[in-house]
Amino acid sequence: MLSANLSGIFYLISGVLFILALRGLSSPETSRQGNFFGILGMIIAITVTFLSIGNFSTGFVVVLIFLLIGGLIGAFIAYKIPMTAMPELVAGFHSLVGLAAVFVAIAAFLNPGAFNLGSPGNIKLGSLIEMSIGAAVGAITFSGSIIAFLKLQGIMSGSPITFKGQHLFNALILISIIVLTYLLCSTQSSNLFWILLAVSFLIGFLLIIPIGGADMPVVISMLNSYSGWAAAGIGFTLENTALIITGALVGSSGAILSYIMCKGMNRSFFNVILGGFGATEQSSSSQNKEQRPVKSGNADDAAFLMKNASSVIIVPGYGMAVAQAQHALREMVDTLKKNDIKVSYAIHPVAGRMPGHMNVLLAEANVPYDEVFELEEINNDFANADVAFVIGANDVTNPVAKTDPQSPIYGMPVLDVEKCKSVLFVKRSLSPGYAGIDNDLFYKENTLMLFADAKKMTEDITKNL
Amino acid sequence: MEIDPFIFRLSIFILSIFIGYYVVWSVTPSLHTPLMSVTNAISSVIIVGAIIASLAGTSDTIFNTSSLFGFLAISLAAINIFGGFLVTQRMLAMYKKKKKDK
Repeated sequence: MLSANLSGIFYLISGVLFILALRGLSSPETSRQGNFFGILGMIIAITVTFLSIGNFSTGFVVVLIFLLIGGLIGAFIAYKIPMTAMPELVAGFHSLVGLAAVFVAIAAFLNPGAFNLGSPGNIKLGSLIEMSIGAAVGAITFSGSIIAFLKLQGIMSGSPITFKGQHLFNALILISIIVLTYLLCSTQSSNLFWILLAVSFLIGFLLIIPIGGADMPVVISMLNSYSGWAAAGIGFTLENTALIITGALVGSSGAILSYIMCKGMNRSFFNVILGGFGATEQSSSSQNKEQRPVKSGNADDAAFLMKNASSVIIVPGYGMAVAQAQHALREMVDTLKKNDIKVSYAIHPVAGRMPGHMNVLLAEANVPYDEVFELEEINNDFANADVAFVIGANDVTNPVAKTDPQSPIYGMPVLDVEKCKSVLFVKRSLSPGYAGIDNDLFYKENTLMLFADAKKMTEDITKNL
Repeated sequence: MEIDPFIFRLSIFILSIFIGYYVVWSVTPSLHTPLMSVTNAISSVIIVGAIIASLAGTSDTIFNTSSLFGFLAISLAAINIFGGFLVTQRMLAMYKKKKKDK
């Protein structure tokens, strides 16, 4: 049996190790060591918990069995999951953290004695408040992540689902959560606790359905943040330092990512959360629907242009992930490099469906990370490049964001693709992007549209090089 | 007058938010996906609470309602811990520098 003070010290150590885990991610070289620190922190926290309880009877064996079952499932998923499915995986994992927080809160509510929180029906007020917050945020994380997961998987339509009075309805539910928490704390009624949970599940669901597919980077980051706050809430209930530190770290991490994503779209956080983008603002784009001439070409033309270039910048987007074109793309780039053509990659902050989505896919295809650049690092280079190869990206290259104040994406930072001598744009059709607006880039003098599946087109170009 | 221990925990919490703020801003954008999967894994340290809940029963009542929720939470958190750390490991192993000999 470990004394409470000693285990407190160990929990602090594992909290510090978690900080170091995140610190390691400041560069790819230190990141693997960081992950190791994280694992070490987790092992310490779990071991200390067992030692401080000091109960190694049948219960302990059952705990190990459940731990093993979960561990095997987790390990299996981690090895099997394709890199393109990473957004779904992360959303799924968030839902599990949320649900685990809810379960721990329920366990603590039913048996407060186990956590030194008082007795059923007479739980310490502070603990009850913390518990309710942890449970409510956990429930919101769970149902919100499930919706995000379904949308990312394509099981549920990615388009926003809106109905009349939605915001008012959501606001009423949020108020009812506060009222329920207050009533729960004053009456200690278990019925109120269940109602609070049910209502929280409902609001998590309602908050995410109006948000469209391309806003998923914000949603995932936000749910990441929520899962942290839920953990912190439970950490306060259990008076556990490791949990409080981790909750705060994860909470602020998710919040920062949401902020970066919102900035990448030049939209306020509330604008994204209130949702319905793309469904309601199409009026501004439908006014100039006249047919404009487009130059289209085939793989041969594209190969010719690239062969005569001395520098090429590649702009990948979500379409590359959908077509699984990253490996074909790398092969094309290898051929280009053999012909002494300088190639770099330009990544927009909101390219793909989650922060850093494109970077992971390129890394999977063995693209060295020092050839991959962020928007600010590379945007000035487009003017000096010969060819920009846009593969699966659309709105993030639209010059309208710089020129047309009427456009819904006006002010959004975009890649200055049009400044290249020539632009190759791989796309299946001329359909507008997610924001529902035409991309001016399609009609530029120096743009050659390549209408095909991204993977097939890239392979064909490689053959023609 | 003694200070309520809650105040100490609150101090830890607030200071950790600040640490998180500065640490996360220094994470390179290309590693934002591993950042999300690793935060996922570490927030599953909530398993500590689940373990306490499941071992609260006496030897003849291992399975009461409260500990059942604990057992379920252990499995959920374990999926996240193993899945989160391993998938992060898998991703990080892919980030390579340009080979010099090319």
